[in-house]
Amino acid sequence: MTFKLAASPHTHSRRTTQQVMRWVYLALLPGVLLQTYFFGVGVYVQILLALATAWLAEAAVMRLRNRPIAHAWQDHTAIVTAVLLAIAIPALAPWWVIVIGTLFAIVVVKHVYGGVGQNLFNPAMAGYVLLLISFPVQLTSWPLPSELAQLPLTFGDTLHIIFTGFTQAGHNLEQLRMGVDGITMATPLDSLRQDLGQAMTLTESLTKPIFGSLGGIGWAWVNLGFLVGGLILIKQRIISWHIPGGMLLGLLIPAAIYWLFHPDQAIPPLMHALSGATMLGAFFIATDPVTAATSNKGRLIFGLLIGVLVFVIRTWGGYPDAVAFAVLLANMTVPVLDKYTQPTVYGHGGRS
Amino acid sequence: MSQSPSVYKELAWQGLWKNNAGLVQLLGLCPLLAVTASITNGLGLGLATLLVLVGSNITVSLIREYVPNEIRIPVFVMVIATFVTVIQLVMNAYLYTLYQALGIFIPLIVTNCLIIGRAEAYASKNPWHHSAFDGLMMGLGFTLVLVILGGIREILGNGTLFDGADLLLGEWAEALRIQLFSVDYPLLLAILPPGAFIVMGFIIAGKNWLDSYRAARAEQPQKQVTRARVTAQ
Repeated sequence: MTFKLAASPHTHSRRTTQQVMRWVYLALLPGVLLQTYFFGVGVYVQILLALATAWLAEAAVMRLRNRPIAHAWQDHTAIVTAVLLAIAIPALAPWWVIVIGTLFAIVVVKHVYGGVGQNLFNPAMAGYVLLLISFPVQLTSWPLPSELAQLPLTFGDTLHIIFTGFTQAGHNLEQLRMGVDGITMATPLDSLRQDLGQAMTLTESLTKPIFGSLGGIGWAWVNLGFLVGGLILIKQRIISWHIPGGMLLGLLIPAAIYWLFHPDQAIPPLMHALSGATMLGAFFIATDPVTAATSNKGRLIFGLLIGVLVFVIRTWGGYPDAVAFAVLLANMTVPVLDKYTQPTVYGHGGRS
Repeated sequence: MSQSPSVYKELAWQGLWKNNAGLVQLLGLCPLLAVTASITNGLGLGLATLLVLVGSNITVSLIREYVPNEIRIPVFVMVIATFVTVIQLVMNAYLYTLYQALGIFIPLIVTNCLIIGRAEAYASKNPWHHSAFDGLMMGLGFTLVLVILGGIREILGNGTLFDGADLLLGEWAEALRIQLFSVDYPLLLAILPPGAFIVMGFIIAGKNWLDSYRAARAEQPQKQVTRARVTAQ
C-alpha cells in the first residue's frame, strides 16, 4: 500500500478562479439590467468600452512581462474589474473617462503590483477614485432616471453623447439632466447632502422629484438588484456573509443612532442602504478575495470598518458617496487584520 | 592630491546616479513630492536646495575640526538654517512670485534629510573642496529628479512645459513655455499629491530597470572571456 505525500494545503477549492469570476459577473446581472432600465443603454456601452480596454491592456502588459496572454484572459478577473468600474461611473460619461480608468486599474493597480492575486488595492475602486479625483464633473453627472427625463434618448443618441458630448439633436449632458423645472438634478445622495448642508430639513429635501417612496427613484431598485445578486453569491458560497454583513451593520447602526438623534437632519438608514453604491459595494466590491481580509473574524472587522467609514464620509466628508474611498482605506488595514486575526491552529493556544 | 580626479569622478557618479538623493536614498521626499507640480517649481526648489547644500557642506567641512562630536548635530542644523534663511531672503527679494508659489517648502529645506545627511556622512569627514563638489553633485542629482518629476506631472496634468518659467529666469523665459496639447479636462490627479507618489514610483522603477539592464549587458562579455580562458588551459 502506498501513501501519496502531498504538500499543504490539503483542502481543495471546488472551483477555479474562472468559475468564481463567472459567478460574480452573472450575479451582477439583475443590478445591471435594472440600472440599464433606469439610466439607459449607456450602461452597456460603458461596459463594452471597459471590457475592450481591459482585454487590450492586459494583453499588452502580459506581453511586456513575457507571460502567456491567454493565461490572463482565462481567469476572467479583468472582466469583473472592468464591469464593476463601468457600472460605477455615470452611464453617459465621455468615452475617455472609462478608458483612462480601466487602463489605470489594470496596468497600474493590478499588474504593477504583480498581477492576479498580488494587488494591494481593489483595482476597480482605485480606478474609480483616480477618475473621481481627476474628473469630478464627469463622475458626478449621472443621467436622470428614465421616468424623469424630459428628453427621450435613443440608442444612437446614447452613442453620440458618449463619443462626442452631444446628442444627435445637439443637446449636451447638462441639458439632458434638467428636470421639468429646468434645474439640473443631482443624484439623491448628492442632493440630500447639499440640502442638509444648507440647513433644510429632511422632509423638505425629500419632496424633490428624484425621490420616490423607497429612496431615490431608480437607485433603490438598482440597489435591490445588487442585493439579490449578492444573496445568490452567498447562497453559492462564492462569498461569505461576513464582509457584506459587517459592512451593512457598520453603516446602518451608526446611521440609525445618528438619525434617531437628528430625525430631520440626517439621512435615514433605509436611504443609506438603498442609495449610491451601498449594495454593490457590500456584496461585490468589498468582497474581492484578493484585497479583503482572509479570516472570518478579520472579514467581519474589515466589513464593519468599511461601513463605518462610508457613514462618516457620507455624513461629514467632502463627497456624497464614499464606498470607493472606504474600500481603499480598509484595503490598507488588511495586512494588520490578517496578522492579528489569524485563526489558532487546532491544539495550539488556549489556556496555558 | 594625486588621486583627486578619480575622487571627483566618483563623487559625481555617486551624486548624480548611483546614490542619487531622490531616487536611491529617497531623502527629502516631502518637498520632492509636494512642490513638483511644474518644472519651474521643481527647478526653483532644486536650485535652492543645491545652494544650501554646497554652502552647508563647505562650512561644515571647514569647522569640522573645532566642533565637539557630542554637539555636532545642533551645530550642523544651525549652519544649515543660516544658509536657508539667506536663500529665503534672497528669493523673497528677487523671485517674489516663485517665493510665494513654493511657500512653506523653502524654510522647510532646513529639515531636508539630504542636507543634514551629507553634512554628517561626508562633509564632517572630508576636506572642504571635496565636500563642496559632493554638495554640488548631490544637489544636481536632486534637482534633476525634481525637474523630471515636475516635467512629467506638468505634461500629464496641464499639457504644458516650462509654464511660468519667467518667474524663475526672468522675462525672456516666457518664450520657453511649450503648450504640448490642450484639453478641457486635465488629469487633475497628476498635479495632486497622489500623482507625485505614482510618478515617482515609475521613475524609480525606470532607474532600477536601467541599472539591471546595464548590469545584464556588462555581464555578457565577461562570461565569454572566462569560458575562453578555461578552454585555453
